[in-house]
Amino acid sequence: MSIENLKTFDPFADAAADDDPGSSSKQEDYIHIRIQQRNGRKTLTTIQGLPSKFDRKKILTVVRKKFACNGTVVIDANMGEVIQLQGDQRKYMQEFLCDKKGLELDPKTIKVHGF
Amino acid sequence: MASAEETKDTATSHSLAPTDDEAPPADDAVLDLGKKKKKKVKKTEDGEGADGEAAADGGLDLTLKKKKKKKVPKEGTEDEFAAKLAALDLEKDGGDGEETAAGEQSGDMEQGTGIWKHDETKEISYELLLERFFSLLSQKNPDHASTGSRSYKIPPPQCLREGNKKTIFANIEEICKRMKRSSEHVTAYLFAELGTSGSVAGSKQLVIKGRFQQKQIENVLRKYIIEYVTCKTCRSPDTDLNKGENRLYFITCNSCGSRRSVTAIKTGFSAQVGKRRKMQG
Repeated sequence: MSIENLKTFDPFADAAADDDPGSSSKQEDYIHIRIQQRNGRKTLTTIQGLPSKFDRKKILTVVRKKFACNGTVVIDANMGEVIQLQGDQRKYMQEFLCDKKGLELDPKTIKVHGF
Repeated sequence: MASAEETKDTATSHSLAPTDDEAPPADDAVLDLGKKKKKKVKKTEDGEGADGEAAADGGLDLTLKKKKKKKVPKEGTEDEFAAKLAALDLEKDGGDGEETAAGEQSGDMEQGTGIWKHDETKEISYELLLERFFSLLSQKNPDHASTGSRSYKIPPPQCLREGNKKTIFANIEEICKRMKRSSEHVTAYLFAELGTSGSVAGSKQLVIKGRFQQKQIENVLRKYIIEYVTCKTCRSPDTDLNKGENRLYFITCNSCGSRRSVTAIKTGFSAQVGKRRKMQG
């Protein structure tokens, strides 16, 4: 039995977040982390939409070593440069992108897709 | 009774605890950044909101069950504690104490006996009053008593395997009906999220390429519900999805009347898997 009034839920939290001009003006700036199934139990992780200030190749070399997986940078006509990693690295990649030791990105700009 | 109060306090603060746990690491991260402080703080708020949302929606059944499980034992302990207290009083005061203890604590609130008598002048403790309030509320207005988190239940997705590489999502039609969304919209979202393709089989089943388990599809459905079904203002799932002007989709809430735009479903980059497709492209 919980008491309605004592909840600390802030009904305007979402609204305040949406009103933030910095985040809403750049709606398309999301970084998408996706997963794709290959044959068998193999998967691919793709990271799309990284800010252009980062050097993808350098990220790859770090990430490859860190996650112990191979990967490439794929240049796509629509999506630009996309990092492709072997295996399901979504969780690690998200941590890496937000981490102080990683890219220190705002977790709000990252969208993890897939199941 | 004091310790009983404590247990109750923990019970009410239970829902708050995770948010408290969430906050400190974010703060730690903020320390160095300075600039990003604002955003980060907002993010944590958002996280809370999302949690609340998940809890409020009940999503699928799971969360609800958990809640119920949490609640039941606590009430049980309270009763036990009351019983123990009564027993203690018995031991202290002997036979006579029984009546006084019973008189102080109990009394039927519906029949107006004991402490609930109309001309009773004894002070009634806050807790008893609170108990009375909630018992009356749950009797007369069960809708309000359910703490706003009305259960939103969706039948669990049924997944069958077709051959080795395809999954059949059997009850998509039923689920779409419950959510009041077109099956095309849901399938588009499923395909975009899972990064696959598929087709609709004859009897309103969805055939998805790739192996997926029920749990995985359930997760995607949960995301769909959060994004495209629940109203962000009042968290009710009773909403309609309409195409507004400018090819934008809008969600209109039927219970609070708010309207918000929704991002279109986009399939992102999909890597080429296998050599054969490369030849075509």
